[in-house]
Amino acid sequence: MSMKVPGRLLAEALKNLFRKRATILYPYRELDKIHLPEGFRGRIEFDRAKCIGCQLCFRVCPAKAIEIIEDEKGKRPIFYIYRCIYCAQCVEVCPTKAISMSKIFENIALRKEDMVVR
Amino acid sequence: MSFEIPIGPQHPIHVEPLMLRLSVEGELIVDVDVDVSYIHRGIEKALEVRPYIQGLYLVERICGICNAAHSLCYCLNVEQLLGKEAPPRAKYLRIVVEELSRIHSHLLWLGHYFHTLGFETLFMYFWRDRERVMDMLELITGNRVTTAYNTIGGVRRDLTPEVEQKLRRTLDYIEERMRYYEKVIDSEPTILARTQGVGILKPSDAVRLGVVGPHLRASGIKHDVRLDDPYSGHDEIPFNVITWDTCDCYARVKVRVKEVHECVNMIRYALDHMPSGDYRLKIPPFFKAPPGESLSRVEAPRGELVHYSISDGSDRPYRYRVRTPTLANLLSVVEMLKSRDGYEVYIADVPAILGGIDPCICCSARVVVADEARRRRTVMTLDDIIRISRDRGVERR
Repeated sequence: MSMKVPGRLLAEALKNLFRKRATILYPYRELDKIHLPEGFRGRIEFDRAKCIGCQLCFRVCPAKAIEIIEDEKGKRPIFYIYRCIYCAQCVEVCPTKAISMSKIFENIALRKEDMVVR
Repeated sequence: MSFEIPIGPQHPIHVEPLMLRLSVEGELIVDVDVDVSYIHRGIEKALEVRPYIQGLYLVERICGICNAAHSLCYCLNVEQLLGKEAPPRAKYLRIVVEELSRIHSHLLWLGHYFHTLGFETLFMYFWRDRERVMDMLELITGNRVTTAYNTIGGVRRDLTPEVEQKLRRTLDYIEERMRYYEKVIDSEPTILARTQGVGILKPSDAVRLGVVGPHLRASGIKHDVRLDDPYSGHDEIPFNVITWDTCDCYARVKVRVKEVHECVNMIRYALDHMPSGDYRLKIPPFFKAPPGESLSRVEAPRGELVHYSISDGSDRPYRYRVRTPTLANLLSVVEMLKSRDGYEVYIADVPAILGGIDPCICCSARVVVADEARRRRTVMTLDDIIRISRDRGVERR
């Protein structure tokens, strides 16, 4: 067994006094320090013009966050963001790439309608 | 005259409900009763009513920390039912993400464990470095925690050269930091006083109780699913199974620290020898699995994870069973907490011993000290138990 050295972390702790802060002051300042990588799975974006109404996204969704509604163009999905688990399975399965995932991760709203993507 | 002290269901060191009924004589623990029945979520039943592709995302949510292991185990299971095998590139990519999540889990545990022992500085450093690993997971898979990387028949994304470069830099950083931490752990009196000789689990008891994972390896038994049953190309990648023979909490810390080094080397080897080709098989989102049963094993960060399924030929499992490593390890807590001849366990050692198995049951805890003789109950807060735990460390030094 090695020797007991009390206060081994002291040098490291002193070094860290002069180092840059590891955290960011997130909600109000330093927002430019948030680096989201390419391919980050955030809030769903839906291109209604590309949709062909195949309903595959509705069938694969594990969180039942997608509902199919009937409108003038036929059967179209609507996405309930508050149920979404950000797995991107609907993005993967979409044959016309009508669904994509943005980098928006702050999915909070005061009204329920703001959390629905049509 | 013995008293009973219930610890839990909200328990002292972890965010998950577990009930420990300790029978104590003074400060000494003489008997323990464990109850884990507080978080039945019905996931196995829920898997029976979902198509395989939806089950994949449910399985990931059994455990947030080892989600990569759960989804890998599920994919292996379904692939076995379908009689298919992931392409070689997918296997290597799976290893990269699996080992990265093992690094993150071990760093999380080390930080949390030292926090429990009252060593806040080290807790901060470990978690700061863990953040680098989380960033890498986010870069590779698209999310920090629930990676959703494995899919039936391969993985969902390829690894680009830029990402690989960043990953290598992070590995260098982690390796350097772990070398430093190992020195600290070997020589810091606080850690040694709180872990050495605490929570002894003899190898014979470990085998008898069916202990798995780093906990078993800390009792000096060489057992690792990656070695015994290479499930995702592990037979092609050289690695050492880390064991330590002091069988105490110190051994559990050492095994995990050394395993991080092994993980780093495995990821480097996988990156150096990455096969080219497809990273996933073309499997339609909805399919029917042929009737039969399958069993898959994965070495999750906490130990051996077993998934078992029965298919009746439909598009969803007829029965799905998950055996997580913590369930296997919990019985050993009873063994470790019981005082025997020449082996004394105090109430203040409970956090150190329970934390040592890396329990994942599902927090801020309180302890009700029930004094049956005087019919009085006092509630101990998390702070109280951590305080008496720390005082004990000072005493030993």
